[in-house]
Amino acid sequence: MRPLFKRSAMALAVGMAITVGTLAGAPAYAKVDGDKIILGSAISLTGKYSQEGKNARDGYDLAVKMINDKGGVTVAGKVYKLEIAYYDDESTPARTAQLLERLINQDGIKYVLGPYSSGTTKAAAPVTEKYKIPMVEAEGASRSLFSQGYRYMFAALSTSEQYLASAIALAAEVAVKNGKKASDVKVAMAFENDPFSLDVRAGVLEEMKKFGMTAVIDDKLPRDLSDMTATMTKVKALKPDMLVVSGHTKGATTAGRQLNEMNIAVPLVAFTHCESADLVDKFKKGADGILCPTQWAETLSYKDPVFGSASDYNALFLKTYKDYDTVPYQAAQGSAAVLIWADAFKRAQGFDTEKLRDTLASTDLETFYGHIKFGPAGNNIAKPMVLRQIQAGKYNVVAPSKWASHKLDYPRMAGGGTMKQASK
Amino acid sequence: MWDNIQILVAAPVFNVQLLLNGLLIGAVFGLAAYGLALVWGVTNVKNLAQGDFVMFGGYLGYELSKHGLHPIFALIPVAAVMYVFGWIVYKLVVSRVIQRELFTSLLATFGLAIVMQQSMNLLFGPEVRTVESGFKTRELFDGLVTVTDIRMISFVLCGLLALALVLFMKKSRMGQAIRATAQDARAARVMGVDTERVYAFTFSLNAAICGVAGVLISMIWVLQPFYGIAYSVRAFVIVTAAGLGNLPGVIVMALGLGAIEQYSGFVLGAQFQQATVVGLLLIALIWRRLLLQRHRQALQ
Repeated sequence: MRPLFKRSAMALAVGMAITVGTLAGAPAYAKVDGDKIILGSAISLTGKYSQEGKNARDGYDLAVKMINDKGGVTVAGKVYKLEIAYYDDESTPARTAQLLERLINQDGIKYVLGPYSSGTTKAAAPVTEKYKIPMVEAEGASRSLFSQGYRYMFAALSTSEQYLASAIALAAEVAVKNGKKASDVKVAMAFENDPFSLDVRAGVLEEMKKFGMTAVIDDKLPRDLSDMTATMTKVKALKPDMLVVSGHTKGATTAGRQLNEMNIAVPLVAFTHCESADLVDKFKKGADGILCPTQWAETLSYKDPVFGSASDYNALFLKTYKDYDTVPYQAAQGSAAVLIWADAFKRAQGFDTEKLRDTLASTDLETFYGHIKFGPAGNNIAKPMVLRQIQAGKYNVVAPSKWASHKLDYPRMAGGGTMKQASK
Repeated sequence: MWDNIQILVAAPVFNVQLLLNGLLIGAVFGLAAYGLALVWGVTNVKNLAQGDFVMFGGYLGYELSKHGLHPIFALIPVAAVMYVFGWIVYKLVVSRVIQRELFTSLLATFGLAIVMQQSMNLLFGPEVRTVESGFKTRELFDGLVTVTDIRMISFVLCGLLALALVLFMKKSRMGQAIRATAQDARAARVMGVDTERVYAFTFSLNAAICGVAGVLISMIWVLQPFYGIAYSVRAFVIVTAAGLGNLPGVIVMALGLGAIEQYSGFVLGAQFQQATVVGLLLIALIWRRLLLQRHRQALQ
């Protein structure tokens, strides 16, 4: 018995020494350290979201660099530089929650930037709420994030029920322009049975109700979807004015392929996940005419004093990070989140978290990423989802018309392409 | 649901579309099911990794087509590689469980399925992949019905392959040995058949057949590392309903299953398309049981 006790006593001593050591090292990350304001984030640098996590982090870092280069943030007459403390949450929500506890309790972080993905943000929010620490997130779009009554969470991006709502609005606009009533529009819907796609569906249904449109098809796609020909046969029989599909990359791939294979002409076709499904590369001309929602596009005419226009941001990002061909929207969102924090510090003129929360809640900010204004649930209510149409293999912004760089090609013909392209 | 049935009644031409799509894809299900029946009948191993063999074959075809080979020509090298792969799997896993009771071999092939899914996920990534055959779509009935050439070609290829397999089983020495082993392995051994070789060959042949089915699937539907299970279930439904060693039964059930899937997708919605398959498995099992009961009663 004795030696065993001795050993465990030693282990206890070593453990305590480590704990004390960690605690002693903690002040390195205080909330404000000299002339530095330190933000904290647990982000996915390994695991299934490692690429998206890196995109988001590069966005955070670029904004920090630009704000510091332009003179930092002035709070109560003193100039501060921004800095971010990162941990890798390995793409797992449980780890995100742990790391946020650590950032707040051990490292003394008082200002949080969100993780990547809805799942990890869902795990992070209860922690920041518990400690009343404000968090600006830019990478969690799920509708369920904004129905929990969180007070300290603010999101820069549009929520998932907005993804295809703008496509319905566009269909109404087109109908009116062509001398029909918006309520005459018949919509065919196919949505996967998963939280994200059902959010998208809820947004579509809400928007359809607003215009009094009817759904002629309302199919739910299974998780291991590989065939939609039965649904497409219904589309062929019922001739809807619009087809909306959301089922991640498999939904976009399967619907894109079979719509063309079966030579079905639907005037308006909108899918989520066109970019990640690589539709243009897979189907070439067959991808033309499809509408795809996006959080942000570099051709938009949004502007701010730090980055300039959306296209300036695009150029700067590509110059700074050589390993990218195009700017992922996750990065743009991340940069926007940092801009929101900088704006809040400036307006609050102090570091009290309660005051900062209230200041964040009253944000009304124009950025290169879009306008930022938070609703009572903390979601951004000022920025619409942008719709891009694939036109001759390129993604061009066609709606909302205020920000559009190109005209909508209408109607989409069987096999891809539109009337306009055919007559050329 | 009723409005969808009304469409079919009012415009019967859409029945043709559903039947065509269903029968043509059903032929590919039939290939995988025939392979399953072969292994089941000869070695008494119920291969739960059947669908994952199909996916793996599809991915091999996808890789070859990325290097410029037309996917139709990829069928032969993929079948060859899958044959070797099947042989290795047999030697490593299946040969060790073949004499054990049912549960051991089920567990072993279930484990094999998990290993294959995860390996494909690591090798090829979780994204959905497709292979473009580049073939045209044909229109019938003023464009109301369409059929893609690749589906027709794959249907014909499945038919030819089935014919070749039947001839092989009837005429060749190996085919006769396989049939002898399936009937009574001990008697076959006594007669000088190297049953171990027969088992290895059967399992490898099955892998090659699955490889062909996979390449065809990659051109008609999509590939994804975790979609194999759907094909395993289909193969089990077909074989359970048709019975072992009943090739015409397998063909009829496979084509029928393809068509039923399309009809349930049309009438009940896409969410029920695959659920129907599982429902059918239940019905097939109950039906089999009832048949067996009648059989026993007849014996008494």
